Amino acid sequence: MKIDKKTILKIAKLSKIKLKENEIEEFANNLSSILDWVEQLNETDTDNIEPLNNVSSSKLPLREDKTVSNNSSNQVLNNAPEKVEEYFIVPKVVE
Amino acid sequence: MDFKSIKEIKTHLLKRKISIFELNEFFIDKIKKSKINAFIFFDEDLIRKRCKELDSIKNDLPLKGIPIGVKDLFCTKGIKTTAGSKILQNFVPTYESFVTNKLNNSGSVMIGKTNLDEFAMGSSTTTSYYGDTINPIATDKNLVPGGSSGGSAAAVSANLCLGATGTDTGGSIRQPASFCGVVGIKPTYGLCSRWGIIAFASSLDQAGIFSNNVEDASILLKEIAGYDKNDSTSSDITIPNYFKKINENIEGKVIGIPKEYDLPNIPDEIKIVWEKARKKLEKGGAKIINISLKHTKYALPTYYIIAPAEASSNLARYDGVRYGYRSKSQNNLEEMYESTRSEGFGNEVKRRILIGTYVLSAGYYDAYYIKAQKVRKLISNDFNDAFKECDAILTPTTPSPAFQIGQKEDDPIKMYLNDIFTVPASLAGIPGISIPFGKSKDNLPLGIQILSKHFNEQVLFDLGLFLEKNNE
Repeated sequence: MKIDKKTILKIAKLSKIKLKENEIEEFANNLSSILDWVEQLNETDTDNIEPLNNVSSSKLPLREDKTVSNNSSNQVLNNAPEKVEEYFIVPKVVE
Repeated sequence: MDFKSIKEIKTHLLKRKISIFELNEFFIDKIKKSKINAFIFFDEDLIRKRCKELDSIKNDLPLKGIPIGVKDLFCTKGIKTTAGSKILQNFVPTYESFVTNKLNNSGSVMIGKTNLDEFAMGSSTTTSYYGDTINPIATDKNLVPGGSSGGSAAAVSANLCLGATGTDTGGSIRQPASFCGVVGIKPTYGLCSRWGIIAFASSLDQAGIFSNNVEDASILLKEIAGYDKNDSTSSDITIPNYFKKINENIEGKVIGIPKEYDLPNIPDEIKIVWEKARKKLEKGGAKIINISLKHTKYALPTYYIIAPAEASSNLARYDGVRYGYRSKSQNNLEEMYESTRSEGFGNEVKRRILIGTYVLSAGYYDAYYIKAQKVRKLISNDFNDAFKECDAILTPTTPSPAFQIGQKEDDPIKMYLNDIFTVPASLAGIPGISIPFGKSKDNLPLGIQILSKHFNEQVLFDLGLFLEKNNE
């Protein structure tokens, strides 16, 4: 699968990653060769196979869906790059 | 006094031949003199404070006073946790991971946070924002310690701590253990809680242990395992006392040798060591049988769809809003997100996010992601069938000894091939251990890998102890 410039820019947009001009080609090439390499999975016959999305062999217990608070909002906010009082600050969204 | 075995040091501490302070000062001194960049975070005053606290506790604890390194992927309350990334350079968790909390309750001393490949993505510890870790085995050769848990493996190997935690998604404990000549165990998926471990690929991520010897690994694993309601994939099983039950008598054990691991391009030095281990086990009374794990060759491509797909989803949270790095370019929200992620993530992480986003995008999801999950099922079935015939599987841990820093960096697929022997077990969620066994032709450590069925870590310790005692 050849990844062209348009596709890599679309993927980058979806990933919210801005690529520099020289990175566009590099990543396009990387992705093309990785996708070529994974193509070999098509050799396998998986017609009657269920996708495996949980490898656990033991019973996974359920818990009650209850909220708990450890009153750490101040500490949590301390990690914010920008904050005012009890709010995270982001660039203006609505004019 | 030799500070290499937790089992022995426990005895010295109990008999008061040495104090917790003396023990930890020894390691503080060694870390300060060390030049291998194994740690991202190290604070000697904090260690001394912890020693005082432990000294005031009257009763004994399983790991009282034992210095343990913690991979900087585990959240530590009040202590910076970076995942080896610039994007988390200022992140201070408000809570403690389940695994490190257990270690703290067992009385261990958190000696420092160890270096790793950024977000645990890599096999060399050269993608860390905080510099390369040097393999301590031969510092003049400038070799990688392996990865992603390279700092932990190097720290144990250089005797900068008595054990360390790691995480293994596709080989990130076993491969560096092999490169650094230490023991590394990745337990069954679900044995140790993922709560508080910065997520990479959630269906594969599993915490584990590095140690100087198999007995120590059996002691440490018990201390970090156990059910946790905060991890929905955590298994509610009774954790055996591996150390107490350990038994190096391997008579009658059936060991499978998978023919698909005997690849034509694997160097002779690896095959020779594999053969030697096989013969040793046979001499010890084990029965060796040939087995087939048919879909082995599809494990790496399967992994490199599933892991990046899950990573692209898990890493969506790094947006510069609530924590971590934020770019200065923020004329609007979109630009802030994009600039933050572009400046905050390194190349390997970006590459995996891009692949993951691609394989999950509309029109490709079934062709890549669902297909990979189906092949994952085939790989898992192979192992289930094999374990009907044998108790354990013996393979090399890695296709080569440690390589030079900078090598393999131009070609991502070449780097991914490092995990060729470790990835299949990760996909099947089965446990695996790497034991130092034999040497390469350049006298570098090599590892032998033992795999078993779900929750049978005991057989890994039993066979591992036998091989450790019968290593030349």
